[in-house]
Amino acid sequence: MRYLPINENDRSDMLARIGVSDIDALFADIPEDKRLKQALDLPLRKSEMDVERLLSGLAAKNVAAGSVPFFVGAGAYRHHVPASVDHLIQRSEFLTSYTPYQPEIAQGTLQAIFEFQTQVAALTAMEVANASMYDGSTATAEAVAMAHRITKRRKALLSGGLHPQYAEVVRTFAQMSGDEVVTLPPDVFAAENLGALIEGDLSCVVVQSPDVFGNLRDLSELAAFCQAKGTLLIAVFTEVVSLGLIQPPGAMGADIVVGEGQGIGNRLNFGGPYVGLFAAKAKYLRQMPGRLCGETVDASGRRGFVLTLSTREQHIRRDKATSNICTNSGLASLAFTIHLTLLGEAGLHRLAWINHANAVELAERLGSLWGVEVLNETFFNEFTIRIKGDAAQVVERMAEKGVLGGVPLSRLLPDSGLDDLILVASTEMNTNADREALAKALQGALSC
Amino acid sequence: MSTIRYTTDHEYVRIEGEAGVVGITDYAQNLLGDIVFIELPPIGETLVKGAEAATVESVKAASEVNAPVSGEVIEVNTSLQETPGLVNEDPFGRGWILKIRLSDAAELESLMDETAYLDFVKTLA
Repeated sequence: MRYLPINENDRSDMLARIGVSDIDALFADIPEDKRLKQALDLPLRKSEMDVERLLSGLAAKNVAAGSVPFFVGAGAYRHHVPASVDHLIQRSEFLTSYTPYQPEIAQGTLQAIFEFQTQVAALTAMEVANASMYDGSTATAEAVAMAHRITKRRKALLSGGLHPQYAEVVRTFAQMSGDEVVTLPPDVFAAENLGALIEGDLSCVVVQSPDVFGNLRDLSELAAFCQAKGTLLIAVFTEVVSLGLIQPPGAMGADIVVGEGQGIGNRLNFGGPYVGLFAAKAKYLRQMPGRLCGETVDASGRRGFVLTLSTREQHIRRDKATSNICTNSGLASLAFTIHLTLLGEAGLHRLAWINHANAVELAERLGSLWGVEVLNETFFNEFTIRIKGDAAQVVERMAEKGVLGGVPLSRLLPDSGLDDLILVASTEMNTNADREALAKALQGALSC
Repeated sequence: MSTIRYTTDHEYVRIEGEAGVVGITDYAQNLLGDIVFIELPPIGETLVKGAEAATVESVKAASEVNAPVSGEVIEVNTSLQETPGLVNEDPFGRGWILKIRLSDAAELESLMDETAYLDFVKTLA
């Protein structure tokens, strides 16, 4: 591969062209104390083998998800992805295609998006779904913005069971939209009474189930309260596999359903790319962000697919676009669709059942340990335990023993006084030996 | 005879008693093509001349309808929710969009009359 570095002349030409005197003026927006003042202290040269050796040495310091008993969840879940999923998404027709701006020539891509939308609508029991968002958290923020557009109200209420990172993304978006966001305190036992807090000025209530502590929530009553006040109910999930077993949010009366689809078809991927799912009632179709794919017929009456309702997107409507998320997680959503197609309805149900059964077994095992209390009355594949001691330290000690035993809640919710809680997730990937290893490591860490 | 005035953005306002009936012109509907959706403002909203009053969406674009005059929205054409195509078929009649109670009739003076508007459209060809 040719590498053509720029020289001083190129550099001054470019600066002159954009009307900037020197490179410092170009970076004037970056605070002075955040700028690098001298060259990085790097060796002048190293051989390829040396670099490989160095980097693989650094990489070996990580305790990778697949290398040890692994019980970390909190919004990203380790599930089995069949080899056929990767094989199919790597076909060049899919792998190399960018977002279909000339959609008519990408019928295969469009058909995949159409199937994806159908699956998401069916999973959530909603009437329409879009072609995917970046991830669950941005989908949630977009849902809040959509509620603002629909209700013309500018105040959102976030449940204390919402994943704190999702709440943070909502608040970040709201800084730009001018929405007021009220975030309730952490709600470990799902005991908050959201219905009592619904006032006529709320655009939406955002509630997660299973929530960030693992509790399942019945949203039916809340949906009725919301409807009475003209407030939209936004239901969030971070673990899509749960929808194979629990009642879907749409069936409980949610107006907008958003969540993370990573759990199906996509690996942990070091935190991304993930795939945001977004579904709503049909009457809100035109206020949805992103794009939709529709089925139609061509001039000869043959079945075909088109991108539709994209007139409100960034490339057409610029500053008045419904959303500035203009593209979708194409390949990640394709992986989702292929995996879900392979599973089928019965397969998903069975996968969800295995997840739940494994988690129940684990909860019982851990609950029987000295100094451990399982806090949840209900859960899907993730639950919260209270331990005697500092959770962050205990998790650290378990990691030293080669077990990734969960997420200390103080990491997600610092300064909330939840220092003795650990969020433990279990999927179909966890074996009986893994559970034994966790129980042993936890017991060991607690008696230190 | 009713007074009808036009904006350079191709909205019209027709004075009927105290109210101004607002819509988009035949030229505008023709340019937009098949109209598939119209977002109407809530009744009672106070509009300022030039501010966004409604959104007209065709297959290819979504465009704002700006208020040609200031005033309060007193009625919207709800039949457009079911049949937005009325704007294509009969933009000055059944395809009207909303009615405003004018807060300042003098604003009409700044708008074009029919002859001026038709001349203006010719310059766009």
